[in-house]
Amino acid sequence: MAVMKMKFPFQKRVKLAQGLWLLSWCATVAGATTFTLGCLLKTELHRRAEVMDNTDIHIVPNTLMIVGLASLGINYFASKICQDALDAGRFPRWKNFLKPYFAISCFFTVLMLLTVIMSYAMTGSLESSLKVGLRNGIRFYKDTDTPGRCFQKQNIDRLQMEFQCCGNNDFRDWFEVQWISNRYLDFSSKEVKDRIKSNVDGRFLVDGVPFSCCNPSSPRPCIQYQLTNNSAHYNYDYQTEELNIYLRGCREALVNYYMGLMNTIGAGVLSVFLLQVHTVLTAIHLRFLQTAMEAVAGNENTEIETEGYLLEKGVKETIMEYLDPVLKFLLLKNQVQEGETAPVTA
Amino acid sequence: MTLLKMKFNQQRRVRLAQGLWLMSWLAVTGGAFIFCLGVYLKTELLRRDEVMENAEIHVVPNILMMVGLASMGTNWVASRVCQDSLDVSRFPRWKVPLLAWFAMAALLCCLLLTVVVLSYALQGSLEDSLKVGLRNGIRFYKDTDVPGRCFQKETIDRLQMEFRCCGNNNFKDWFEVQWVSSRYLDFTSQEVKDRIRSNVDGRYLLDGVPFSCCNPASPRPCLQNHLTDSRAHYNYEYQSEELNLYSRGCRQALTDYYMGLMNSTGPGVLSLFSCVQMSVLLSMRYLQTAVEAAIASENPEGESEGYLLDKGVKETYQDVRAKVLGLLKFGQVDPSEDASGAAEGAKTADTEKAATPTPAS
Repeated sequence: MAVMKMKFPFQKRVKLAQGLWLLSWCATVAGATTFTLGCLLKTELHRRAEVMDNTDIHIVPNTLMIVGLASLGINYFASKICQDALDAGRFPRWKNFLKPYFAISCFFTVLMLLTVIMSYAMTGSLESSLKVGLRNGIRFYKDTDTPGRCFQKQNIDRLQMEFQCCGNNDFRDWFEVQWISNRYLDFSSKEVKDRIKSNVDGRFLVDGVPFSCCNPSSPRPCIQYQLTNNSAHYNYDYQTEELNIYLRGCREALVNYYMGLMNTIGAGVLSVFLLQVHTVLTAIHLRFLQTAMEAVAGNENTEIETEGYLLEKGVKETIMEYLDPVLKFLLLKNQVQEGETAPVTA
Repeated sequence: MTLLKMKFNQQRRVRLAQGLWLMSWLAVTGGAFIFCLGVYLKTELLRRDEVMENAEIHVVPNILMMVGLASMGTNWVASRVCQDSLDVSRFPRWKVPLLAWFAMAALLCCLLLTVVVLSYALQGSLEDSLKVGLRNGIRFYKDTDVPGRCFQKETIDRLQMEFRCCGNNNFKDWFEVQWVSSRYLDFTSQEVKDRIRSNVDGRYLLDGVPFSCCNPASPRPCLQNHLTDSRAHYNYEYQSEELNLYSRGCRQALTDYYMGLMNSTGPGVLSLFSCVQMSVLLSMRYLQTAVEAAIASENPEGESEGYLLDKGVKETYQDVRAKVLGLLKFGQVDPSEDASGAAEGAKTADTEKAATPTPAS
């Protein structure tokens, strides 16, 4: 019982092969693009690796790169098949490869779609990773003499200047941490002694922020210290002052940045996905071609009209045919059963 | 005595035409690339427009863009000539345009050389322009409420942060200017009154710099105020402190940036392109002479000779000179001939004049 039988004149066979050849080359280029996009995302995530606590989010660019490379290979393979498709002498050697090609192609197409969904699903993971990373960065800001942490200050400063943000949630995170190293504190000064005594842990806390929080768009020179004290500065009101320092937190800024990047890349990957689906559907037509060619083989006149079909047996039987080797490989099916039936067929 | 004669049979002529076609398309791509380079340089210069006083340096990207476009057109014409060169009926119509083409191609090569020279020669002009522009920027830093100058503060801050520089020559430029606006000064405070009185012009000068001069690579939190006073900060020595602020001046930083941009792209790209253009020019000359000789001979498909110059260099130069002077003289009045002619003309005019008043009177 063949599924979806169709008649194939020679012209139609030629057009089909040509169309699929073109499509598969387009899909090859699209696969290369996907790989590039994956590399781009990975580089951007790597640049800010110091303020991320874990690398869970890296699964998105890694998958993109794998899918890109795989689709590059698969579609190149498909174009090679098309080139041989109309040659009755060369086509039969591809017979054994067509089934795995379909399976692998479908698998990677689905994987592409999954990557896009994943990039949205992993927002929460990215946020918590950044939360912990930034908190550590702010805590170790003063430790410019501790090996392993000596670049935290520079990283946090450059991050705040580049992303125009201050602190983790907002600038008040700097009030809760001692960000001025003890090496630069005059412990004989009364002011320093008072501040340290007023604190349980003996830390030197100030209501001030580092210079990298300063907003260049402010009309007045930056006020960094004594931010909560209105009388310390002329014509200054802590509650209404908006432009002096950056009000946005760095976690929010970074999440927005990466989400924007992944949305743009996701849009590109979705269009590649659609192209890939189109290619697979056309490859199904190739299946028609294959069956039609098999009818031609052995016939002297290769330009006759032949019949092609989608599936030789019904849908269920074909699925079982595909899954059998996979199950056998995974040892899920009983090998004994196969051994019993084998002598009967032999 | 022809210069650099070469024999060309039909096969070689075909090869030459094909090779030249390919090279001219390569040169078109090169021209497009040079145009893009010019656009990029122009954009970079325009971005920092506010700290430049004059636009003299813009002549470099302008010429680059013109040369790029002109070379694209010229080399496209060359490719068309190549396509027609092997067709006996279509090649003769290119005879006159080719003269103009040669002049244009030679002009392009000269312009490219000029651009390279200019990019080095205009360095002094760029520095002066930046000196004045930055000085004004620093002076008007505080005027965020004056229309026309309200963005100077943001411009200078972002410039100092991006190029990692401070002030015009160095950070001490900020000590000589009042960069804190009077709107934010408490004139009832004793400290403010003292500072203003100690100054001749009544300006509020500090030994401090804006936050954008701070160097993130410094191990300690940034010190912006009381920079010359070693006692004002713990464990601070004004003379030996290096990492606290950016030590480079912005004029130096910007000049280095633009010179680097022009020097990295200039000589390499332009010399490569002018080589390609020169070879297109020479090949076109050979093709022209070879094909013309072939068409003029009895057997168009047979062998012909191609050369660079019909006579030697000196004779060709004298020929060209005579031709050009002849062209110029064509517009000029020839004294000996025209004097008699003018006299005759004047006589007829006089008689006419004499004739006309009589009816009136």
